[in-house]
Amino acid sequence: MVDPKGPIALAERNLLFDAFCVMMIVVVPVIVLTLWFAWRYRASNTKAAYTPTWANSFKIDALTWLIPAVIVIAVAVLLWRSTHRLDPYRPLESKKPPIDVQVVAQDWKWLFIYPEQGIAVVNQLVFPAGRPVSLRITSDTVMNSFYVPQLAGQIYAMAGMQTRLQMLADQPGTFVGRNSQYSGGGYSQQHFEVKAMSQADFDAWVARAKQGGATLDATTYPALAARSRANPITYYSTVEPKLFDSIIDKYRHSGHAHSAPVRR
Amino acid sequence: MFGKLTIEALPFYSPIAAGGALVTVGGALLVAIVLTWLKAWKYLWTDWLTSVDHKRIGIMYVVLALIMLLRGFVDALMMRAQQAMALNSGGYLPPEHFDQIFSSHGTIMIFFMAMPFMTGLMNVIVPLQIGTRDVAFPWLNAVSLWLSAAGAALVMVSLVIGKFSTAGWTGYPPYSGIEYNPGVGVDYWIWAILISGVGSTMSGINFIVTILKRRAPGMTLMRMTPFVWTALVASVLMAFAFPAITVACGLLALDRLAGMHFFTNAHGGNMMNYVNLFWIWGHPEVYILILPAFGIFSEVVSTFSRKRLFGYESLVYATAAIGILSFTVWLHHFFTMGSSANVNAFFGVMTMIIAVPTGVKVFNWLLTMYRGRIEFHPSMMWSIGFIVTFVIGGMTGVLLAIPPADFLMHNTTFLVAHFHNMIIPGVLFGYLAGYMYWFPKAFGFAFNRGWGIGAFWCWIIGFYLAFMPLYLLGLKGMPRRMETYNDPTWQPYLLVAASGALVVLCGIGCMVMQLYVSVRDRAKTRDLTGDPFNGRTLEWSTSSPPPPYNFAVIPTVADREAFLEMKEKGIAYRRPAAYEPIRIPSNTPIGVILGAFGFVLGFAMVWHIWWLVLASGFVMFAAVIVRSSNDDQEFTMSASEVKAIEDQRYRQLGSRS
Repeated sequence: MVDPKGPIALAERNLLFDAFCVMMIVVVPVIVLTLWFAWRYRASNTKAAYTPTWANSFKIDALTWLIPAVIVIAVAVLLWRSTHRLDPYRPLESKKPPIDVQVVAQDWKWLFIYPEQGIAVVNQLVFPAGRPVSLRITSDTVMNSFYVPQLAGQIYAMAGMQTRLQMLADQPGTFVGRNSQYSGGGYSQQHFEVKAMSQADFDAWVARAKQGGATLDATTYPALAARSRANPITYYSTVEPKLFDSIIDKYRHSGHAHSAPVRR
Repeated sequence: MFGKLTIEALPFYSPIAAGGALVTVGGALLVAIVLTWLKAWKYLWTDWLTSVDHKRIGIMYVVLALIMLLRGFVDALMMRAQQAMALNSGGYLPPEHFDQIFSSHGTIMIFFMAMPFMTGLMNVIVPLQIGTRDVAFPWLNAVSLWLSAAGAALVMVSLVIGKFSTAGWTGYPPYSGIEYNPGVGVDYWIWAILISGVGSTMSGINFIVTILKRRAPGMTLMRMTPFVWTALVASVLMAFAFPAITVACGLLALDRLAGMHFFTNAHGGNMMNYVNLFWIWGHPEVYILILPAFGIFSEVVSTFSRKRLFGYESLVYATAAIGILSFTVWLHHFFTMGSSANVNAFFGVMTMIIAVPTGVKVFNWLLTMYRGRIEFHPSMMWSIGFIVTFVIGGMTGVLLAIPPADFLMHNTTFLVAHFHNMIIPGVLFGYLAGYMYWFPKAFGFAFNRGWGIGAFWCWIIGFYLAFMPLYLLGLKGMPRRMETYNDPTWQPYLLVAASGALVVLCGIGCMVMQLYVSVRDRAKTRDLTGDPFNGRTLEWSTSSPPPPYNFAVIPTVADREAFLEMKEKGIAYRRPAAYEPIRIPSNTPIGVILGAFGFVLGFAMVWHIWWLVLASGFVMFAAVIVRSSNDDQEFTMSASEVKAIEDQRYRQLGSRS
């Protein structure tokens, strides 16, 4: 079973379980009654009651509508509240400031840009445990879905558009992130490492990443964006500012000026 | 001359692809040889291919569905085998081939198995249940059949010439656009769906008119059988929903062929417009498939519980409510698009509301069984298996309708398990129940029960083995459509799932044996009465198989269970003083010609053979003009011919008592 390691994934999983339990109120009796009626009223059991023309009862009719309706109302209230509470665009409440990461889906890898730190990483997402992570996500290829089951659930990555997702890891740990939207030949290997660590370890990690020397800018970016499979973790110690916005804008401002609305 | 078509299109790039092509070509050749050996070509042409009789068209639809079920199931076996093997390895299928297989599996099972199966059962049974002699537009009906067959043939041909789409059965752009998918695969998918979709739209219109205008006297709307009601609502949904996918695929074709930008990444295109259009068809489609199955379950549960259907009005209103609500929920297929919480919550709540009328139906079937005398005919077994399994699928559906839970489960094998949980025990079990229930009506001899029960147990056990592990894997976060994976804890589940597919294979073996044994023993198991199950509705009042005109005298209906009421009052089987001559639509080859050239047109569009596009389009246009200019479309069966057939029928009825 999914083993949540952060408040978002935990809330999503608990919601799943709560709704599951409410649904069991009707699922279990239906299964039991079906099997029981099939056995009890089998043709060979001539002792059982037989009412071949009994086909109407206002009270029972009303109950068959009311029981599902009551359960649906209960789950719908749960749904409405949780959908607003767990809106992936809604910043997490925390005493610590969030860390911003920009995510670009490529064929078939993930690029993570840290605008404050000025670094970028391929196929590895690192952040301090206990600090909210605020993700801005886009795609430089076909539609992808950014998915970290143990921390955040998922949201689509679409070219020319930006989506958002929040996550938070309770404790340091290593997790798996994937693309869950089929995107072509390298899709099955398009996973990345998610690492939550202490603030000190994170700072050290940033410092190490800054020493590499590789630069990601308009000249080096196209080579990275080209199709490749099972890429190793790669660090860029400097990143051209606004690279993320330029990746979105190159789809939005090409040709006719009809741009898709963006929910920031 | 041949557009993009070259010798390179033949599948010699991989032994597995070549094997698939060989089986397809070999199968077609084998059928041709057997037909020649039996000297059956003329019989096939005059009695079947050119027929406009709704019963024969229905049977041909079901044959198409069963053939495509085999093909789609082979795809499923191959996927389960690949995923069972592919831990940290490539398995036996390269990604480009695995991707074609999951795409063709979904496309075939929805468009070319479930749709023709449903349309076939509706064709055979709806006119009989409403007491009429044919559908409103018999020739249009034949055209619909042959356009569906043309679409299915395009999918099959992609095995031999070129490749099929790798974009999944939903064909989401921009992946399915020309920039990312320059091959012919997506074009095969588009043209198969466009051509068969026209057929489905026309079927919907045909059945709306048939049910509204052709009912026997006395059959008010509230006296229609539950199957006719569900067929009516499904037909309305077909007529309204199919144009959406036709438009979506048409615009995608323009993107690919004419360099337009409806759904591309750049130049103002937006892929989510496609996704919206696709699911505005796609969600009603789920109900198009399942409502007739609900109708079949209602008939079967009532017949084999020997009891009136409980809560008929509730069932009718629930069916209509589902029909309307089905157009208000499509966004739940992409909660992860990033819409606002209000939008997601609205569509989530609408989705849950559909669970209410569906729940009502389940209670009604239960209460029909309550205080009945239940006979465990295979059709009843499918129905009981359906209720028990379907509530599980309904429950997981409600879970997925909660947007935050969907963020966790979307695109995982949990989703795969959920919709198979609706489509197999819901849709397919329903159709198989109908197939086993109405087989004696269609062919005039009994359908073997032992093999039918065997098929049921293999299918249901196989289903649980194959899909319960996928629910768990989804909860562990396994995305769908993975050709290879690196998490060793997944493999045990995938091995169990693969074993489930093998058990389903045994179920398909039972179905083949059931057909073989039933046909072999047909002389001993003739259905002389036309009413083998003490039926309640009009289809059982005529002979099995019914005569070309269905009813020598159109019945007058006085009750919901029209035929049971006639039997109870002692007015069933009453002979009229004299027979009248009957007008019957004449056979015509134009339907099958349109299908054949529809196929050629699609093939030529796929390969950009423009002269052939024009030529086949012209032939189709001319064929329609020829048909429309012909006023002599019916023949008269004289009163004495009718009397001869009816004399035979009453001799059979007499020999029984």
